[in-house]
Amino acid sequence: MHKDKIKIIARNIRKQTVSLSHSARIAHLGSSLSCVDILACVYFNALNINRKNVLHPERDRFILSKGHAALALYVTLAQKGLFSPMLLNDCGQPGSLLAEHPIPGSIPGLEAATGSLGHGLSIGLGMTLAGRIQLYDFKVLVLLSDGECNEGSVWEAAMFAAAQHTENLVAIIDYNKWQATGRSDEIMALSPLKQKWSAFGWNAREVDGHNIEEIAEALRAALNSKDAPYAIIANTIKGRGVSFMEDDNNWHYRIPTAEEVMLAHQELDAQ
Amino acid sequence: MRNAFAGELTKLASNNLKIVLLSGDMGNHLFDKYKVLFPERFYNCGVAESNMTGIAAGMALAGLKPVTYSIAPFITIRCLEQIKIDICYHNLPVVIIGTGAGLSYAGLGTTHQSCDDIAMLRVIPNISIVCPGDAMEVRGALRAALNHNGPVYLRLGKKDEPLIHKIVPVIEIGKSLIIKRGRNICLLSTGNLLPLAANAAENLTRLGISTQLVSFHTIKPLDETLLSDVFSSFQLVVTLEEHSRIGGLGGSVAEWLSEMPPQHSRFYRFALPDVFYKGAGDQNHVRDYFGITKSEIVQQVIKNYRNCLGSGDDLQNAVQ
Ligand SMILES: Cc1ncc(C[n+]2csc(CCOP(=O)(O)OP(=O)(O)O)c2C)c(N)n1
Repeated sequence: MHKDKIKIIARNIRKQTVSLSHSARIAHLGSSLSCVDILACVYFNALNINRKNVLHPERDRFILSKGHAALALYVTLAQKGLFSPMLLNDCGQPGSLLAEHPIPGSIPGLEAATGSLGHGLSIGLGMTLAGRIQLYDFKVLVLLSDGECNEGSVWEAAMFAAAQHTENLVAIIDYNKWQATGRSDEIMALSPLKQKWSAFGWNAREVDGHNIEEIAEALRAALNSKDAPYAIIANTIKGRGVSFMEDDNNWHYRIPTAEEVMLAHQELDAQ
Repeated sequence: MRNAFAGELTKLASNNLKIVLLSGDMGNHLFDKYKVLFPERFYNCGVAESNMTGIAAGMALAGLKPVTYSIAPFITIRCLEQIKIDICYHNLPVVIIGTGAGLSYAGLGTTHQSCDDIAMLRVIPNISIVCPGDAMEVRGALRAALNHNGPVYLRLGKKDEPLIHKIVPVIEIGKSLIIKRGRNICLLSTGNLLPLAANAAENLTRLGISTQLVSFHTIKPLDETLLSDVFSSFQLVVTLEEHSRIGGLGGSVAEWLSEMPPQHSRFYRFALPDVFYKGAGDQNHVRDYFGITKSEIVQQVIKNYRNCLGSGDDLQNAVQ
């Protein structure tokens, strides 16, 4: 899909995510906005996932390992036509399958339930190896957050994937430099993140995580990676797209008021 | 039990191409044959049990039947959250094999003892917990586990335990095996205590107390049919396990009893106390230390049986 179209899709995802955060009273808005451009590129450019093949054993797979950004994923999957956008209206309501963190089997295209950080890469790696065993050539993309890389299990998976040369596995790290309670480079010595992934045996590249062309190009390279898994370190801004949310970690937990939603929509429409 | 597991899995893997074996840097030569026959369906995942468990979930989500293997504490509570979320929340057909359960590897120290695994796993929805009593039951249980469409924890002992069964019994998850029938008391043994329980049962029978022996291999789901049956027909029901008295077989039966109308039988739990064992010594030594011995079982059973009968005379009569 053309980059201008993806930009429009990303804008729509942002607008709907902000609205839903307000109406469903679901937090982690900054975390969701941080990865919208990545989600848009993954679903509308890189991976072959659609309504028809969403249950096919050879489909490509995407796992949102930073499960707290589920809102953005729900909106993206609905935009992709994988389930009825009407369902989004119930999001977060008691009994709805669209909960603050994803529920297994809740909607088509939701490959794994996440929410406890540090699980998604191992699950994605298992899927990749299952593809190898069954002689399928599908790709598996896993989106992690930078704070998530505090978890030891991420690095267990990283080392094992490198040992197995899982070229069909791609990790994208949403490197917005914030985690729940502080700067991610201060809480744990995360940087240099790209070098860490390289040192762990991955092909690694850094991109501007809000530049559609750069993300798309990196994903293209990653999906054609040979001999090694591929890590894309996406430099992002938490709360991206809404000036008063950008790089303000209060929006990790804050829920926008009706007025803030309106202001955010105005800003997004003007972009 | 270990060898029976490896042998049976190797057999089953040739017919079921979905079986994948994942080991956490354990079972050095145990899987040699399997590895030669099915190299593409074996992964040594290293000393990284959390990742291995997540991988198993991913494989199951993509249509395979993974079996994870390590020493009991490391394949259970080390990666408890991966078991809970990745496997059980998704209700995936993964078979988790914990070897050296209970005090089997007591000599290696408290780190390698696993007397809390049943309790820790039992509260997780969707999981079945099966503790085979001998190598034959291991084979039967593995067949059942691989046919089961959900998570199963198979809790194994070590190797060269005495055999109770002559042939491989058909094991149905949640349905106990009556090894020997009796009239007065009923021993419900789970896992690797079965040979000891069998000796005790024999001893008690020789003393004139007609003793029924059951291999109560599945702790979850609980065999309520058998429990209803034995609690209404025996004077005393005793659970035996190499696990803490909290949350294991005895704990499960006690929970079940608490929701039943008063039963005919008295109930006694034979299990490990709520303490860490600190010190050197092999399984037999630590069993002795905690009184997990034939003579202690016999003594405790007689003592409790005497309480049921009310007076010593009846027991004397019964015993003579
Ligand atoms: C294992 C685990 N511990 C703690 C949490 C609570 N939690 C939710 S998001 C988060 C950190 C958020 O920072 P980051 O991972 O960098 O993601 P971002 O929101 O910045 O995209 C934490 C600690 C969790 N979900 N999982």
